[in-house]
Amino acid sequence: MPTIHLDNLIKRYGDLQVLHGVDLQMEDNEFTVLVGPSGCGKSTTLRMIAGLEDVSEGEIYVDGKPVSHLEPKDRDLAMVFQDYALYPHMNVAQNISFALRLAKRPKAEIDKKVREVADMVGLTEFQARKPGALSGGQRQRVAMARALAKDSSMFLFDEPLSNLDAKLRGQMRAELALMSQRVQKNMIYVTHDQIEAMTLADRIVVMHGGYIQQQGTPKELFQKPVNKFVAGFLGMPPMNFLEGDIEDTGAGTFIKGDGFALRLQGERAATAKAHKNKQVTLGIRPSDLNFDADASAEDALSLDVMVSEYVGAQSVLLCRCGPAKVMVEVNSETPVALGQTLTFAVNPNGVHLFDRQTEAAL
Amino acid sequence: MNRSMANRFTPYMFMAPAAVIMAIALLYPLGYMVWGSFRDWNPSQTIGEAEFVGLKNYITLWNDPNFRESLGVTLRFAFFVVTFEMIIGVGLALLLDREIRGMSVLRTMFILPMMIAPVVVGLMWRYMYHPTVGTFNRFLDSWGLPKVDWLGQYALGSVIIADIWQWTPFIFILSLAALQSLPRSALEAARIDGATGWQQIIHIKLPLMMPVLIVTGLLRLIDAFKVLEVILVMTEGGPGLSTEILALRISRTATEFRELGVAAAMSNYLLMLLLLLTVAMFAFTRWQESRAARIRAAVEEDA
Repeated sequence: MPTIHLDNLIKRYGDLQVLHGVDLQMEDNEFTVLVGPSGCGKSTTLRMIAGLEDVSEGEIYVDGKPVSHLEPKDRDLAMVFQDYALYPHMNVAQNISFALRLAKRPKAEIDKKVREVADMVGLTEFQARKPGALSGGQRQRVAMARALAKDSSMFLFDEPLSNLDAKLRGQMRAELALMSQRVQKNMIYVTHDQIEAMTLADRIVVMHGGYIQQQGTPKELFQKPVNKFVAGFLGMPPMNFLEGDIEDTGAGTFIKGDGFALRLQGERAATAKAHKNKQVTLGIRPSDLNFDADASAEDALSLDVMVSEYVGAQSVLLCRCGPAKVMVEVNSETPVALGQTLTFAVNPNGVHLFDRQTEAAL
Repeated sequence: MNRSMANRFTPYMFMAPAAVIMAIALLYPLGYMVWGSFRDWNPSQTIGEAEFVGLKNYITLWNDPNFRESLGVTLRFAFFVVTFEMIIGVGLALLLDREIRGMSVLRTMFILPMMIAPVVVGLMWRYMYHPTVGTFNRFLDSWGLPKVDWLGQYALGSVIIADIWQWTPFIFILSLAALQSLPRSALEAARIDGATGWQQIIHIKLPLMMPVLIVTGLLRLIDAFKVLEVILVMTEGGPGLSTEILALRISRTATEFRELGVAAAMSNYLLMLLLLLTVAMFAFTRWQESRAARIRAAVEEDA
């Protein structure tokens, strides 16, 4: 399976530039997820790889060969669309076999392939139905089967699960993960849902405003976000941000802000020392705050609990810290009463520091 | 009258004026025509004075070679006109379904012929077809080519061309609307699946447009059977009976031959033909709707 390389990819619509030079290297059999909010350029990037949008500047290389001048059909790829894009006048088998029939493959081979992929996605008994007579999940499977039947070396997915209801989405996500292990192809997947990104990806590419913000494994991005945007985008509930100043005193290096003074430890203290006069934003994930009534004030935040959202085993507390709102994830057994002021110990390794002006991680 | 009764009658009250007008303007003349078609009726007589002859008018017509010729001309005219208009109209729509600068102006220009009054269209084309000073023959002449006897030897062909010019835009705008409402992503999927431009048209676009095309074609067919003004102005049915379509023959039977009963019978034949087409059209749309309903029901059953 090929390697795909995007070299300084730029897209303009008239005077409006929406993609500002995307550089990306995708390896063999890699599951790459492009993730970002609406309008970040992720779908445009995917559609340029597919050949559905022209490349304004830059080049797309597949196995070292430039492909941006090729028609979609000559790029050896299959694509699954958000609205499934099935052919409404053809039945399931005809939908699946369309590409093979256009390629004039022998009938026996086509029949075999259709049976094989229909079986793979669990559509065997629906082959004679038209898309109009299928449910959303079944249509999604047809779209998947149609892409599988082509035997292309690249698989593109454009928000394939976003039209499904929550339960089905979870189920299809698991099936997709299973399928990607089985077929061993290059997959490029676009989504705005960070959970899909985290669960499916070998490599996540976070995009925002037409730029790549950061790329790497889900773990890298979660643990070491390069800027405030990536930190806030990945993780649910999202990271808390508190504004403060670095103060270096005899007792240690502190971040002081409205309603808190937190002592930094180890590596982070050293980093903070080097940026002594900067205004910073402190980032702490809701899961890095632990209810601990006995924690010392300088290693903890004391928060006023405003709202408690019960989710089951976990509850999410919405609290106030000075003017800022802070979310905390706690075990639902934790005795919490609304209006209380509680102390939450901060996991020293879960402290993130961002430059308040540039929003880059320190 | 209590409230619920008033509520029940309100819709009928609002519909009443339209129903009355329809009865006076449509049903009464129609009944009059059917009634008259069973009589040997001269314009100087009132309908009560005319002798009742039963189905004689219908039988006479059926055996009248001139009527048959006229019916043949009408069928040929309708067939060629609708066939060519469909091919050209759909073809143009496929060509112009894209974003190019000035396309909206071009589209507007394409539908202009449809907006011109039929009498004006007839006059315009009669002038252009004129054997000596007409646009076409002068053009042929200037290239040293022999002149063509447009409205003589090739009269039917010439009126067909004029009608195609006027009514192709109708097919064009409806096909274009159908094309632009096709799911974009299905076409993109076809491109990825390896379909060339032609294959997209044949396998995706035309099949998906088909319901609209069938209704459009039937509408045009109904219209083509009723055409009168353009041909009246251009050829008056001549030379001979070569362009005498049914509508023209009906009007001549009534005014020149003064046989109102026969004209009425002929109108009824035409009416039956049109009714057949209309019923076919409704049957088609009904069939489509019921099929869609069946499919929806099947989906709900599964869910």
